[in-house]
Amino acid sequence: MEEKPEGVFTLFVAGGSSRSRTAIASLRQICAEHFPNDCDLTIVDVLKEPELAEEKNVLATPTLIREKPLPSVRLIGDLSDKVRLLAYLNLPSHQASEAKSQS
Amino acid sequence: MKTNTQIKGMEKLPTGIAGLDWVCDGGFPKNRTTLVCGTAGSGKTLFAAQFLAEGIQQTNESGLFVTFEESPDDIRNNVGSLGWNVPLWEKQKKWVFVNASPRMEEQVVGEYDLTAFLVRIEKAIKEVNAKRVVIDSLGAIFSQFTIETIVRRELFRIVNALKEMGITSMMTAERDTEYGRVSRHSVEEFVADNVIILRNVLDQERRRRTLEVLKLRGSSHQKGECPFTILPKTGLELMPISFIALEQKSTSKRIRSGKKEVDDMCGGGFFRDSIILVSGPTGTGKTLLASEFIMGGAKSGERSLYFAFEESHEQLSRNATSWGMDFDELEKTGKLKMVCCYPETANLEEHLINMKRVIEEFKPQRIAVDSLSALERTAIRRGFRDFVLCLTAFIKKQQIAGLFTSTSPSLLGGLSVTEAHISTITDSIILLRYLEMAGEMRRGITVLKMRGSKHDKEIREYTIDEKGLHIGAPVNKVTGILTGHLKYLSKEDALEMSMSESEA
Repeated sequence: MEEKPEGVFTLFVAGGSSRSRTAIASLRQICAEHFPNDCDLTIVDVLKEPELAEEKNVLATPTLIREKPLPSVRLIGDLSDKVRLLAYLNLPSHQASEAKSQS
Repeated sequence: MKTNTQIKGMEKLPTGIAGLDWVCDGGFPKNRTTLVCGTAGSGKTLFAAQFLAEGIQQTNESGLFVTFEESPDDIRNNVGSLGWNVPLWEKQKKWVFVNASPRMEEQVVGEYDLTAFLVRIEKAIKEVNAKRVVIDSLGAIFSQFTIETIVRRELFRIVNALKEMGITSMMTAERDTEYGRVSRHSVEEFVADNVIILRNVLDQERRRRTLEVLKLRGSSHQKGECPFTILPKTGLELMPISFIALEQKSTSKRIRSGKKEVDDMCGGGFFRDSIILVSGPTGTGKTLLASEFIMGGAKSGERSLYFAFEESHEQLSRNATSWGMDFDELEKTGKLKMVCCYPETANLEEHLINMKRVIEEFKPQRIAVDSLSALERTAIRRGFRDFVLCLTAFIKKQQIAGLFTSTSPSLLGGLSVTEAHISTITDSIILLRYLEMAGEMRRGITVLKMRGSKHDKEIREYTIDEKGLHIGAPVNKVTGILTGHLKYLSKEDALEMSMSESEA
């Protein structure tokens, strides 16, 4: 059976604004650190694909929708606040996860 | 509906909502946003939907409905009963939704804007080539996005974008009280130059809906609260009160009252476009006079409409028959239509709109309303005067003669409350009064007022029998009839009077 990616994220951004760049960078880091092998990350530029924003009823940019792991989570903002980001995604902070892997 | 373009200032877009374009002097400011504020249940969402529906139906302009509260399905269903087939319009690319109704909770991590929202609006507008946009409601945006400064900034952006796209839009906003600050979050301060307030006020135990144009930047509009009603088939309808009087032409053409003596007393009949008030206590023959008025019309080949608020259809026919008038025959030949209903079945606004509708359908030359005082029972004072003004203006505009009856509360003398309110609106007033003379109740008739004509100033005695009303000689030896305190001018007169009676 094909292995399902562990993390499925869709990030809605508006063009190449600084907020978009910050959010993308932040999310890539999360993927690398917490889902190193299997992270499915889709970035939607609402300026190019407004119908996807309509489909998911997205109003704010950036908006992050985590479909996996469950429960799904919706976040809005440039994801620059790492502490809150990890808290809302219910992920351990990087240091904590390192400590866990060492033990 | 005619567009009333201002010489200097704002171009208007006629909304197509009955009465509203008159109140707004032509419509909403074109390519601008108009804010509609109201408390819960004041009719904001319906107003918004109607703004789009009238655009589609009347001027073939497509519309976008952005909903923050109700789901599109709820809105489709709710307005379906008004005969607006939204699903069909969606298929025809005349109506489109942007569904921003509540979704899963969103947590805030860092800075954001509402670009995705704006992009969705722009896409939807292009999709149907929309000319009208409604956003319902701004309050819900504030509850979904709690950082007020961001919401304000983004709304400002959206309003500007709509303006650049040449969109005439309406946004709704909540109010907390009927007479308090304009809107929650004070959105009017940054969203729109144009503000309309919808009210649903409890006044003397009755709900009264009004619409007030608070401001329309750069253009004129009517001031004050205008009553409106929400009708089950057509939606919102305004009753612009002051439209009145100004555009009325007056005519010197006379019509027959149905009673030669009454015509003589009025200096040759009623005027074609006049409103006659017949006032008297119960049993003085008001309904009879109204019936004579209708027969008078029928004899000249005119069609009459009889609004009865006190008696049933059967009662009226029977009364008429007893006076030798065949109302059933008149109805059969289309010379008469009787509309009977109890005043309590509807509020005044609804009565007015129903009456207007019947008048428009039947196109009568004469209208009798029997009685106004029965209708007054259902109204608050201000509302009643507005009602009479509107009805009067409406029927005068169509060159219809109207005879309204009014029951005065005391048997002898006195003016009723009804008259006090509307006597200045009517053109003629005929008083029917009981006269207590020599131990007998007699009846007296007088023409109190006849605008634009000479008339008989005397009080004449009249009798009622199976052939109707008979007007006799002037009662000129007594005074105080109108006040109810009768006095004979001299002892001899009193004596003579009783003598003549015993002879008779």
